[in-house]
Amino acid sequence: MSRAIEDRNRRMLRTRDTMDRAFAEPLDVPALARVAHTSPGHFSRQFRATFGETPHRYLQRRRVERAMELLRETDRPVTEICFDVGFNSLGTFSRTFRRIVGEPPSAYRARFAGDDGALRVPACWAMAWTRPAG
Amino acid sequence: MPKRISHTFIHVLDQDEALDFYVGKLGMVVHTDADLGVMRFLTVNFPDQPDVELVLMVPGPPAHDEDTAAEIRELMAKGAAGGGLIFATDDCRGTYERLRALGVEFTQEPTERFYGTDCALRDPFGNPLRFTQPPDGPIVVPSAEELRERSGA
Repeated sequence: MSRAIEDRNRRMLRTRDTMDRAFAEPLDVPALARVAHTSPGHFSRQFRATFGETPHRYLQRRRVERAMELLRETDRPVTEICFDVGFNSLGTFSRTFRRIVGEPPSAYRARFAGDDGALRVPACWAMAWTRPAG
Repeated sequence: MPKRISHTFIHVLDQDEALDFYVGKLGMVVHTDADLGVMRFLTVNFPDQPDVELVLMVPGPPAHDEDTAAEIRELMAKGAAGGGLIFATDDCRGTYERLRALGVEFTQEPTERFYGTDCALRDPFGNPLRFTQPPDGPIVVPSAEELRERSGA
């Protein structure tokens, strides 16, 4: 049983790494299930059993974390940032961002305006520790 | 007082597969490969750094009971075992291209940061690794203004 869990965990980690790396691409459950060598039906359940949240939720948090950095550290329009991090509609982006962060993207950015919002930490730490909590 | 790090330990699931990766792909060399009767003591080092050994340990009896070993393996497999290594390189992008062609699993492409260029990967067992190439000059922590300019705003 343990070896089976170990094998499943390794395959699930590969899908999570894929989301970390390719968050801006159109990733869906069938594509991630292929990375995991499992069926789309099993994939979401297995991912949740491994990491405690659905792959959809994880990907949203990863994308929102990237958007938060771009909002803090660049002056690029919200619409561009929305597409850059992998959302394909501004409505979905704004709704998801607000649900996860607790305020709209523009308000989040405004809190850092004229302020020094830059995080000067290694990339791996930024990814792991600035991702908004589930 | 302790003076320096001489050995650092990382769990692997198979020592031969670990050698294939750390020696065969990353270019380390075997420092010690000794059958101690109760265990295989296996360490590797970089040719330029013979006095820092990386000990490649397999979790399992008798050091760990089988259930504990299973838990360690499961955590390693999902990238949550806690170990990890950062390697210094002179050529992050070149190393990335060469190892990617060998099938190494990268989790982040080479990215320019204020502290240099780095990328992230996993060893075959799920341990997180990074290759970091320091900048040519001293590391300068950028101001927020400089970060905005750099990002092409």
